[in-house]
Amino acid sequence: MSETRKIAIAVNGRIYEETVPVRVTLADFLRHQLKLTGTHLGCEHGVCGACTVLFDGRSARSCLMLAVQADGHEILTIEGIAPDDTTLHPLQEAFRDNHGLQCGFCTPGILTTLLEFLRDNPNPTEEDVRIAISGNLCRCTGYQNIVAAALDAAARLRTQTAQSGS
Amino acid sequence: MKPPDFAYHDPRTTADVIGLLSTLENAKLLAGGQSLMPMLNMRFVLPDHVIDLNRVEGLSYINERGDTLEIGAMTRQRDIEFSEVAKKKCPLMHEAISHVGHRQTRNRGTLGGSLCHLDPSAELVSVAAALDAKVSVAGKNGTRSIDFAAFPAAYMTPAIEFDEMLTAVSFPCWPARHGYAFIEFARRHGDFAIVSAAALLEEDANGKVTRASVTLGGMGPAPVRAREVERALIGEKIEEKRLTDICETLRSLDAVDDIHAPASYRQQLAAVLPRRALLKAHRRLTGGAQ
Repeated sequence: MSETRKIAIAVNGRIYEETVPVRVTLADFLRHQLKLTGTHLGCEHGVCGACTVLFDGRSARSCLMLAVQADGHEILTIEGIAPDDTTLHPLQEAFRDNHGLQCGFCTPGILTTLLEFLRDNPNPTEEDVRIAISGNLCRCTGYQNIVAAALDAAARLRTQTAQSGS
Repeated sequence: MKPPDFAYHDPRTTADVIGLLSTLENAKLLAGGQSLMPMLNMRFVLPDHVIDLNRVEGLSYINERGDTLEIGAMTRQRDIEFSEVAKKKCPLMHEAISHVGHRQTRNRGTLGGSLCHLDPSAELVSVAAALDAKVSVAGKNGTRSIDFAAFPAAYMTPAIEFDEMLTAVSFPCWPARHGYAFIEFARRHGDFAIVSAAALLEEDANGKVTRASVTLGGMGPAPVRAREVERALIGEKIEEKRLTDICETLRSLDAVDDIHAPASYRQQLAAVLPRRALLKAHRRLTGGAQ
């Protein structure tokens, strides 16, 4: 029988105390145990980037971590990026307005990746954006609109920061 | 695509890790997990015990000690990437690390994990070879130091015992005034390099090379130091035509033949990339003047 551990983990600001089999990945824990199915699993070996979440504010592939490793840590998933149930995050708005997604499977991983990237690089070039999302595979868009959406999001976030700062 | 069943251990000290390694059969150390986790998911490895190093104290640091940079085994690649001291003392490592996977993997991936996994095209492995790094390995009888040249024992196999663990890596840094370049050929940014080249240069007041380090990654199981090229460069002025001739000898190096590229293609890169890396290193050393 599988070994289990009790863990306490903050996901999107909410504390969960759960018992998990030690071999379960963080991605499967989020999806199956917490029912947060916004985190997608494409390849399950760290290539596609769909399962990217923020682990203590840093982007990480949740298929390449065990849930037990998240004990005592903070996770942000796609479900946690919008400010409330009826308002989209500027990054989400930019993706909607620029057709930055088609089927949407890769989108959660791309948004979490960009959330960290734009926080650290508020004024990126197109090349910076392309490098930032080089670890995320999208088979629909050809990336063009993803890059456009990311640059638009950067501009929106800069405006937001300037307004809240003044 | 799920990890197999295993017993999980998360020790807090290096001594506890060594204790576990000495008593448990078929145990694997889990560092950043960017290689071991895919291998577990794909069941390429079936350990009975996974010993997680992420809660072990004191293995994550970047220390400047005179002209060496000492980096703890569990230091994240990201922390090296954004370390001002690492950038200043080992600009080659800073340049190489931007080629290591992607931001999401560098946030988790560690220096020690990369060196012990010993992927033939791993950038940090090449950097360790280029800088003649020394690897500290802890075991039951204390800590020993291994010259990096002796660290790769075989394909993806470091020369450490089953009850030992890598704790730190010491990189001898080059003087403030040196040229450096790390370049690689990969199909896409962040992919495994087919071949990489690392170059380090020192020149005298007349522009003649006094010291050179040239390393090729991706050719075989471990990085190759191009010692003959390094010797041939001494006393030379860096100039494209002469470099082309000197580096042409690298075409005869052994190279692996796999799905990513035939051996002859790697040999072509082996002749071309070091020349480009040396020219880039020279331009940096001389402030852009040719």
